[in-house]
Amino acid sequence: MEATYELLSSQPFLAGLTPAQLDKLSYWTRKSTFHAGTRLFEEGQRADRFWLLREGHVTLDTHVPGQGTQIVETLGPHAVLGWSWLFPPYRWHFSASAVETTLAVELDGPGVRDLCARDHELGYELMRRFVEVVVQRMQATRVRLLDLYRMPS
Amino acid sequence: MTPLRYRVRRRLTETADTVTLVLDPVDEPIVAPLPGQFTMMYAFGVGEVPISVSGHADGGIVHTVRAVGAVSRAVAGARTGDVLGIRGPFGTDWGVPPGGDLVVLAGGIGLAPLRPVIRQAVARRARFGTVAVLIGARTPADLLYPHEYATWRAAGLDVRVTVDRADMSWTGHVGVVTTVLGALPVDPAATTAFVCGPEVMMRFAARALVDRGVPPAAVRVSLERNMRCGVGLCGHCQLGPLLVCRDGPVVGWDRAAPLLAVKEL
Amino acid sequence: MSTLLRSLGPLVRALHGQGYRVVGPTVRDGAIVLAELDRADALPYGWGVEAAPGRYRLHRRADAAAFGHAAGPQSWKAFLHPPRSPQWTADRTADGFTVTEAPPDSTRYAFLGVRGCDLRAIAVQDRVLGGADGGYARRRRELFIVAVSCTEPADTCFCASTGCGPAAGPGYDLGLTELVDGDRVRYLVEVGTPAGLELLTQLPTEPAPVDLVEEAAAAVAAAATKMSRALPEGDLRDLLAGSHDAARWDDVAARCLSCGNCTMVCPTCFCTTVEDVTDVAGEHAERWLRWDSCFDLDFSYLHGGPVRTSTRSRYRQWLTHKLGTWHDQFGESGCVGCGRCIAWCPVGIDITEETRALVTEAEEA
Repeated sequence: MEATYELLSSQPFLAGLTPAQLDKLSYWTRKSTFHAGTRLFEEGQRADRFWLLREGHVTLDTHVPGQGTQIVETLGPHAVLGWSWLFPPYRWHFSASAVETTLAVELDGPGVRDLCARDHELGYELMRRFVEVVVQRMQATRVRLLDLYRMPS
Repeated sequence: MTPLRYRVRRRLTETADTVTLVLDPVDEPIVAPLPGQFTMMYAFGVGEVPISVSGHADGGIVHTVRAVGAVSRAVAGARTGDVLGIRGPFGTDWGVPPGGDLVVLAGGIGLAPLRPVIRQAVARRARFGTVAVLIGARTPADLLYPHEYATWRAAGLDVRVTVDRADMSWTGHVGVVTTVLGALPVDPAATTAFVCGPEVMMRFAARALVDRGVPPAAVRVSLERNMRCGVGLCGHCQLGPLLVCRDGPVVGWDRAAPLLAVKEL
Repeated sequence: MSTLLRSLGPLVRALHGQGYRVVGPTVRDGAIVLAELDRADALPYGWGVEAAPGRYRLHRRADAAAFGHAAGPQSWKAFLHPPRSPQWTADRTADGFTVTEAPPDSTRYAFLGVRGCDLRAIAVQDRVLGGADGGYARRRRELFIVAVSCTEPADTCFCASTGCGPAAGPGYDLGLTELVDGDRVRYLVEVGTPAGLELLTQLPTEPAPVDLVEEAAAAVAAAATKMSRALPEGDLRDLLAGSHDAARWDDVAARCLSCGNCTMVCPTCFCTTVEDVTDVAGEHAERWLRWDSCFDLDFSYLHGGPVRTSTRSRYRQWLTHKLGTWHDQFGESGCVGCGRCIAWCPVGIDITEETRALVTEAEEA
C-alpha cells in the first residue's frame, strides 16, 4: 500500500489531491510494465481500468480495412491512458499497444467509479482532471482535423 | 529588378510534392541570404514565386520547393542543369541570438526556412544551451530532411518528430506538433523560439509557448502573404501596417498576434 | 517677388523648346483628362466641372478660365507610374535563358496644371516608389512641374482638411494662380526652383501689381472656405487601428461594388502586379508591371485562396491603408483630399463620410 501511495503522489495528474484522497485511490492502484509491442487493450473489449504513464510511449490505433492499422495518437510520460471505463457501455473505442518498454500506474475502473460515487469531493477532483485532459486532446484533435499540411485545393 | 540566373546543380526529391534544389550562379550571385530570408524564384515564361532559403554553401543556394501552384510546380520541376531566375534575398531574418536555449518548431514545409537555423545551431552547438527541434508533418512520408535528423541529434539537439497520421510501421509520435511542445522542458527566460508552418499551427504553437512563459517578442514566426515584388513596392503582401516582404516574413509574436487575430486583415 | 504672365502659350513653347513633353488638362470624351499638349490652346479654357458623389459633368463657364475645374478622372501617376510598363524580357538559349532589362524610359515630362492635392500626391508616391532606382525615379528626376493653386474647388474636394491645398506647394518648379476677368486670363507666377527661374526668364513677363497679388491670395484663401467636405480631425491612424471590427464596414460593404475605381483614380494608390507573357513558341518571355487594385479578389491570393474574400475586408483594407497604416509604412497619410474616389465611385461612397461614421462609432463605443 505504501508503494502505490508513493507512486500516486508523484503523478502530476493527481497533484493537489489530499493524502487521504490518495490513500483511498491507492487501494485500487498497481504498478504495471509493458514491453514493446504489448497490446494493452483491444477495441470493443471491456474497459475496466486506466493508466497514468510514467515512462515510454503507447499508441492508440484502429484497423482500417485496406489501410491496415492506423495510429490515431501517441501518448507519452504523464499522459492519462483510457477513459472508456468512466461511462457505460465501458468498452474501448480504440486499441492500445506499447511502442517501447512502458512503465505505468494502473487504476481499477469499477473501484475508482465506486469511490467517486461515494466520495463526491474526490469524484469532483478526478473528473475535473479528466475533463481537462479530454479538452486538451479534443482541441489537439480539432487542429489535426483541419489537416493543415494537406495540399490546398 | 531583373532575376539573376542560377543553374540547378542537384535535385533531391524530398516528398511526393516537394524537392530540394541546390543552385549555382550562372552570372554574379545574389547577396548571401540570412536564415529566414526568401528569394523570388523565376521559371522561364511561367512566373515568379517566393521561396524561403534552406541553405547556402560554396557560392550556391539551396531551396526546398513544394509544388502547390503553376509556378511552384514549374520551379519544382526543374531538372539538373536547368536554369532558373532568382531575385533577392528579401525580408527579415530569424535573428538567431548569440546564445541561450532555442526551440525550433516546424510544421510541414515550414521546416525549410528553419533548416539554416538548425544547421547554425549544429555548427555552433557550444554557444547554445538546450536546442529543441520539434517537427510536425502530415505523414511520415511527408517529413523533410529525415536523413539529417540523426546528424542533428548527434550534435546534441533534442529532435522530436510527430506526424498527424501513420500506420504501425511508424515508431515515432502521432499527434499535433503542439502536443510535443507540451512535453518539452522549457526555461522561458532563456528561450528564443522560431516557429514556421501553416498559420493556424503557428497561432497555436506561439500561444502555447507564451503560455509556458516565453516572452512574446522571443517567439518569432514566419508570416506568409502574397509576396510579388519582394521590396515593398507592389502592396500585395500587406498585413495591417506590415509589408510582409519588407517588414517580415519573420516577426515577433508580439507584433504578429494582434494582426493574425483580425480575420481577413 | 511675383511675376505676371499674360498667356500660357510662351510657357508651353519654352517647355517644348527644352525637350519636355508637356502634359496638361484638356477636354476629351466629356471629361477633363490629362494628355500631351501641343499648344496651350488645348487647355480647357472656359470649361468647368460639376462633381458630386458618383457624378462628374462638364459645363461651359461664363469666363475663359483654363483651370476653373477640379480633379478629373486621371492623375499624374498615369505618367510617372504608368498603368502598364515593361520590366524585362527573357529569351530561351541552348542551355537556359538570358534576361534583358527593358530600355530606360527617357521621356522628360513637364506637367502643366498640377493642383495642390496632386502635387502632394506626387510627393507621397515619391516616398513609396522613388527610392528604387527604376523608371519612376528616372522620370521623376527629369520632371518639370508647373503647379496651379485652386480658386474654385469642386463639391467633392476636401484638400483643406488634409493640408494639401488649395494653395499648391511646395514642390513645384513654377507655381501659378489664375486670375480671371471675363475673357481675360492672367497668371501670377511664383518660382520654386532654379530650373523654374531659368525657364521664367525666357518668358515675356512683367512685375505683378500688388493689388493683383492680394487678389490672387484672397481667391485661394476663399477657396478653402468653399469646401463642404472634410476628413475628420484627430488621429485617424489610431482610429483605424482600433476599428477592425466596426459595424460600419458591413454598412459600406453593402453598397461597395468592389470595382476598384477608387484605387484607379486615387493619385497615391500605387499597387502593382506583374504579368508574365510568352510568345506562342515559348522562346520569348516578357515581364510587365501593371496597376493592381486591393479590391481585386486575387490581390491577396495565397496558395489555397485569397485572404480577403469579403467586400467588407477589401474596403476596410483600402481605407485603413489609405488613412491609417500608410503612416506606419511611409510616415504620412495616403490621402491628399482630391475627392476623385468620391466622384468616380459608381455608387457615390464618400471617404469623408465613411471616416466620420467610424469616428462616431468609436466615440459611441
